[in-house]
Amino acid sequence: MRKITDERIYEPKVRPEEMLEASRLTGDATLEDLESIRRRTSVYVYEAPVRIWHWVNALCITILCVTGYLIGAPLPSMEFSEATNQFVMGYMRFAHFAAGTVLSIGFLARIYWAFVGNSHARQMFYVPIFNLRYWKEFIFELKWYMFLEEEPKKYIGHNPLAHMAMFTFITLGITFMMITGWALYAEGAGQGSLPDTLFGWVLGLVQNSQRLHTLHHLGMWSIVVFAIIHIYAAIREDVMSRQSMVSTMISGHRTFKDDRIE
Amino acid sequence: MSQIETFYDVMRRQGITRRSFMKYCSLTAAALGLGPSFVPKIAHAMETKPRTPVIWVHGLECTCCSESFIRSAHPLAKDVVLSMISLDYDDTLMAAAGHAAEAAFEETIEKYKGNYILAVEGNPPLNEDGMFCITGGKPFVEKLRHAAKDAKAIISWGACASYGCVQAAAPNPTQATPVHKVITDKPIIKVPGCPPIAEVMTGVITYMLTFDRMPELDRQGRPAMFYSQRIHDKCYRRPHFDAGQFVEQWDDEAARKGYCLYKMGCKGPTTYNACSTVRWNEGVSFPIQSGHGCIGCSEDGFWDQHGFYERVTGIKQFGIEATADQIGFATTAVVGGAVAVHAAASALKRAQKKTEEA
Repeated sequence: MRKITDERIYEPKVRPEEMLEASRLTGDATLEDLESIRRRTSVYVYEAPVRIWHWVNALCITILCVTGYLIGAPLPSMEFSEATNQFVMGYMRFAHFAAGTVLSIGFLARIYWAFVGNSHARQMFYVPIFNLRYWKEFIFELKWYMFLEEEPKKYIGHNPLAHMAMFTFITLGITFMMITGWALYAEGAGQGSLPDTLFGWVLGLVQNSQRLHTLHHLGMWSIVVFAIIHIYAAIREDVMSRQSMVSTMISGHRTFKDDRIE
Repeated sequence: MSQIETFYDVMRRQGITRRSFMKYCSLTAAALGLGPSFVPKIAHAMETKPRTPVIWVHGLECTCCSESFIRSAHPLAKDVVLSMISLDYDDTLMAAAGHAAEAAFEETIEKYKGNYILAVEGNPPLNEDGMFCITGGKPFVEKLRHAAKDAKAIISWGACASYGCVQAAAPNPTQATPVHKVITDKPIIKVPGCPPIAEVMTGVITYMLTFDRMPELDRQGRPAMFYSQRIHDKCYRRPHFDAGQFVEQWDDEAARKGYCLYKMGCKGPTTYNACSTVRWNEGVSFPIQSGHGCIGCSEDGFWDQHGFYERVTGIKQFGIEATADQIGFATTAVVGGAVAVHAAASALKRAQKKTEEA
């Protein structure tokens, strides 16, 4: 095996005038740009299944929140046909149940990917709460958000604050919504059905289905609140942090804006 | 116990023909959701089995369960049901009173030790050592414990005995407690409702008598044959729900047309009972058919789920009465506002930094 040395890594394979020729000729590149793109590269963080899951999940959650809200507080009564030919709430509930099923299967697939995917695929499922350093960084990031720090740090995966939010609202939150959701679905599916066998115990726990509905309802609002913060933080980080955010959700690559080591 | 008359004996003595008796058996089988092959079984049980002794006690309650029970719909039932069981003690229905009644109570417990069914209407208040409900000079909870000790099984009649009902509604000053939280070592069958449907009550007893065991119970301990589906699942107005056709106001056109009462706070979608199939008063009607939403009277804590006319439950923990939606909208508005302010601050800071760098 050939020994890899520093000289070998930095040794240009092309002549200086050929370097990044395309960028110079067609890419609107300045000299500083060239100097920058020579040094900065990206880390492949989110593999395709994780990215597909993210967007499928986002779509499902949107459908679930809209239809879920409208199931609890239906649209104004409408009569464009006989009740036999009109199926507004029926379609609404179908969309809710279909999106709920896709979300559940997606979540199970996501858990599977935590086992077989790269290390970043596991971050969402575990918060190192016993690691003192984690809390120090958590507070640092919190201070960054409170405008008390001049500059944020670099992160490959989620930053400590996002890590906690992701775990609370998605890992725990979606699990809670799936359990209560399937328990509600089990009520319609009937006793002895598969959803009832798996999740019927939840109704036994909270006793009154009205309470179960309320819990599911509150869960939805927590996800709405999360979505607002999540979208805002992603855009803000994309602009103000030292790494890419929005494009990473699409390409999976985390790119960095500087090459400082601190 | 062969000295006790069978049901059939009692019925014949009361002048009921065999033809009527068989009719009663087949109706009962139908009510219990059993096939025609069970009719002779029920008839056989009624002809041969001794009547089951029942002690019926009353705690904190309004007697609506008894009122419902004695109105059991099938014409025969009102003659028969009270004879079907050997109702040895029931302080509201029995002729005896005072010391004679208490003596009958003790005698029944002694005589049928381990064989009688204890039917409980109402519940015991536990606060102040149970002093909020005194029967026969003693706290009801003592009487309940005493009678439960030698009972074969316990039937919790109504929402009071099953869940606590209005006297257990927040803040529950007397600490009214449902039976299953006081008696923990006996099989308990809950027949909730305020009151339960008469045919459900008699149906449960008939089942226990015919098969000598408790009917199949759901996770909450209610007979599955009557409480396994929601009112909403079998409601005749369900097509209007699926169509998205709702009553918006009590006096609107939709109300006259008999559209779904969901928006008027109908608790049918969250209430397990047989009202939409068995109905009330000899199957004449039930609340939704009469144009009023279900109030969910057979559900745990139905008094504490906010208004009867509101769809979404109130949440008391938030100090003011608020629903999940109000809390959700408020939180979303606050978070949305905070995000907007934070975004503005971030933009300002960035601009400031750029100016400094320039």
